[in-house]
Amino acid sequence: MTTDDILLLLPQLILIVAGVALMLLEPFTPPERKGRMARIAVLAAAVAAYSLKFQWNAHSRTILHGMLIIDNYSAFFQFLFLIITAFSAFLSMKFNERESIQRGEYYALLLFACSGMSLMASSGDLILTFLGIEILSIATYILAGFKRTDIRSNESSLKYFLLGSFATAILLYGIALIYGGTGTTNYISIREMAALEGGVQTTTVIGFGLLLVGFGFKVALVPFHSWVPDVYEGAPTAVTAFMAVGPKAAGFAALLRILVQVFPHLTQDWNPVLWILAILTMTLGNVVAVLQTSVKRMLAYSAIAHAGYILVGVVANSDTGSGAVLFYLVVYTFMNLVAFGVVLSFSRKGDQHVYLDDYAGLGQKAPFAAAALSLALISLAGIPLTGGFMGKFYLFSAAVQKGYIGLAIIGVLNSVVSVYYYFRVLIYMYVKEPGKDATDPEPMAWPVQAIVGIGVIIILFLGIHPDKILALAGYSSLALK
Amino acid sequence: MDVPYILSIVTYLPALAALVILFLPNRSEKGIKSFAFIASLITFILSLHLVFHFDATRGQMQFIESVPWIMAATFHIDHHLGIDGISLFLVILTTFLIPLAILCSWKSITYRIKPYMMCLLVLETGMVGVFCALDLVLFYVFWEVMLIPMYFLIGIWGGERRVYAAVKFILYTMAGSLLMLVAILYLFFANGGTSFDLVQITQRLSSGAIRLSGLHEFWLFMAFLIAFAIKVPMFPFHTWLPDAHVEAPTAGSVILAGVLLKMGTYGLLRFCLPLFPAAAISAAPYISILAIIGIIYGALVAMVQPDLKKLVAYSSVSHMGLVVLGIFAFTTQGLQGSTVQMLNHGLSTGALFLLVGMIYERRHSRMISDFGGLAHVNPVLASVFLVVTLSSIGLPGLNGFVGEILVLAGSFARNKICGSLAALSMVLGAIYMLWMYQRVFLGKLTNPANASLPDIGLREKALLFPIILMMLWIGVYSAPFLQRMEPSLRLVQQRIEDARGAEETYRVTNNKITP
Repeated sequence: MTTDDILLLLPQLILIVAGVALMLLEPFTPPERKGRMARIAVLAAAVAAYSLKFQWNAHSRTILHGMLIIDNYSAFFQFLFLIITAFSAFLSMKFNERESIQRGEYYALLLFACSGMSLMASSGDLILTFLGIEILSIATYILAGFKRTDIRSNESSLKYFLLGSFATAILLYGIALIYGGTGTTNYISIREMAALEGGVQTTTVIGFGLLLVGFGFKVALVPFHSWVPDVYEGAPTAVTAFMAVGPKAAGFAALLRILVQVFPHLTQDWNPVLWILAILTMTLGNVVAVLQTSVKRMLAYSAIAHAGYILVGVVANSDTGSGAVLFYLVVYTFMNLVAFGVVLSFSRKGDQHVYLDDYAGLGQKAPFAAAALSLALISLAGIPLTGGFMGKFYLFSAAVQKGYIGLAIIGVLNSVVSVYYYFRVLIYMYVKEPGKDATDPEPMAWPVQAIVGIGVIIILFLGIHPDKILALAGYSSLALK
Repeated sequence: MDVPYILSIVTYLPALAALVILFLPNRSEKGIKSFAFIASLITFILSLHLVFHFDATRGQMQFIESVPWIMAATFHIDHHLGIDGISLFLVILTTFLIPLAILCSWKSITYRIKPYMMCLLVLETGMVGVFCALDLVLFYVFWEVMLIPMYFLIGIWGGERRVYAAVKFILYTMAGSLLMLVAILYLFFANGGTSFDLVQITQRLSSGAIRLSGLHEFWLFMAFLIAFAIKVPMFPFHTWLPDAHVEAPTAGSVILAGVLLKMGTYGLLRFCLPLFPAAAISAAPYISILAIIGIIYGALVAMVQPDLKKLVAYSSVSHMGLVVLGIFAFTTQGLQGSTVQMLNHGLSTGALFLLVGMIYERRHSRMISDFGGLAHVNPVLASVFLVVTLSSIGLPGLNGFVGEILVLAGSFARNKICGSLAALSMVLGAIYMLWMYQRVFLGKLTNPANASLPDIGLREKALLFPIILMMLWIGVYSAPFLQRMEPSLRLVQQRIEDARGAEETYRVTNNKITP
């Protein structure tokens, strides 16, 4: 291991060291100062993000005996994960105080989760991918149940844990089968094996299918989605925000790499399945979201639907498609962080007021928060001049380019359905009068304000002048070739 | 004098004004209203520049400006604007109606003035943008962006069932336009993934550089057609219109009828015909039948409406059917008539909604049965209403006549049955409009609640005067309008004729091969 390798590992090391340090500091920090732990986490994420510069344009190399692949693709995703982590820490800062769950472990777990996500994006070996998923999952299981006095939070955590364990077990079984079929778990070796005459064993194909189930669970593809609504609803809203964006992006990062880089020869076999999964996911997510009365649950189903849209880019299986997935995940992150930021601010003490009725009249009472939420929802619906439109445009163009016209049509029709439930929130905020015993939400805490403000600017920026980020996403995805 | 970027200025000035309004203090309602009015008036005056400097001898795009917008990944999207004889007057109609819409809301909108004015101004940017955009994606962006302010206009300031109407409006329109988006993407890749430029794609389609199979052309045509047919609205896609019209505030109805519906017919002229002429020719009989059903159905339903606003709304279905019929006659007269009729309908239906709004403001009712003999108490209102009614039913000397007669002549030349059936629209139109007029204004003053309604004031006169003036102008001397439209329309017609010719040659050669 050379110094160079250490430089390339720096983001990981910083996250782990900072996480452990937070754990150690926790017992020595008086309760009123625990808010500072969030700042340490944000600082660690920022330093880690800076240290990513050693990875950028490092010419796709593997380190640690092929365990990690360092390329622009992994750097792109790690940067995204660090942003997600920092933003989540920011969102949680005052929220945890309000909900009396302000503890240092929370931020340490966020950092560990981020390290797990980074491993998923840069892993070069199925075993390490599995480890990344586990590190991420265990951290999120705990985070979901962080409000331990709240029965919903407990339910959320337990459900996530039980179903998640199943999914990981299936994933592990898939890895075992692939090992059986190829004799290796290393990405590059698997690919080389498969390139040989008769290299693709049936076990490998089945193993890949099981792998797909595991990832389907992580990114919430139908029919592996059933945990999402309950888990998202029960978890503290700040954690939901993190879960909606982080694990999903990480799951797609790993899935896309495995599909494009490890099993390019299997796309023929599996693309029809992915095609069906994309349609099922979009349709079910959108149709069921229409029926929700809780905004949090509605956003949970919307998160399922968006996994379907992203899968459209995966199905396209082209440069455009991969670039579109990367770009969409960026847009998706900010849309959801803004939406959940406002939701957690509107949820009031106790984190209970997340129903549509609670939103009546908020357009007048909290004009800026309501406007930010409206923008996030309009963007989620894919209306032009927002990042959401550009993202969908990119995804569907990838599908059309590859001749998946049907998929694109079903995708856009799904967008019409989504307009219905996203705009219903606008109706509640701007048209409906609040009920008699409605309480006003307290003013937005400054960290939430900051995140929502930045998010709004980024959503608009991505919609009006997306050139740079489009190019960046396209360029980063080229590393997969 | 040539003003650079004049189209951009006219397009974005209102949005800029809306942005300024955002930062005006909430308290000064009058200031906000005046600012919005002045901004829209300035936009109108600037847009007149387009008329004076328009070269009437050329059918191509003018005032062209093109700046790269998104040039990354696989995309090449330009901010490409330009107008020709078809869009020129629609732009002017838009900038003309917005100040009137603001003026008519002066008193009727009593709450949330600031967002209301912002919505109107952003809407103006979207509408002007739709008529100017020459890049398919840019067009789509304006087309969609415009929905949001309209959605809020209906949803927040509308009547009883406003939420239902607003949701219906946006769902219908989105469903159509998103299919169009897929078609746009398909065209882009058929164009070698080089550009979304409408002019370029049209050229390459007509020169044969892009070849579409008959089936593909048909489906692309359908994708565009559905988007526009919903907007027009053509029978059977019209059901959103009465709801949206009835629930929208007066200004919303004026803009909806005056401009938004024109986007549908404009789209047919600008996209469906030049891009997919062969498909347009083969679909023309069916579309004409739908148009005639729309004309007669709209008129019959209008006849039995008890609600004034609903009556006007259904009359729109009938009138817009006529416009579609004229377009798909593919004759010079038909196309010209349709384009003029778009203007006329914008003026006369816009004015009708304004007048109905004024009556509603006074009496808080729109039911025809609540009125009778209004001419005794409101003589000025009654006479203006009469002029507008006559314009709407196509009385010679007023604007409606010019458009209707051209459309009828054009479609008669194409198909005698079509032409004759369409002529029914004039008869039926006269029946339901005059009958309504008689029940509302003539006869004895039966309802005592109407006895003390004030006649129209200065603001309302100022509002109606320009419209009446335009009606007379187009009615008496329509040459300046027709002249400017003609070259552009001839290009569209040429494109259709070429496609027809190509088809016939194809058929002839085929026949030779297989005698």
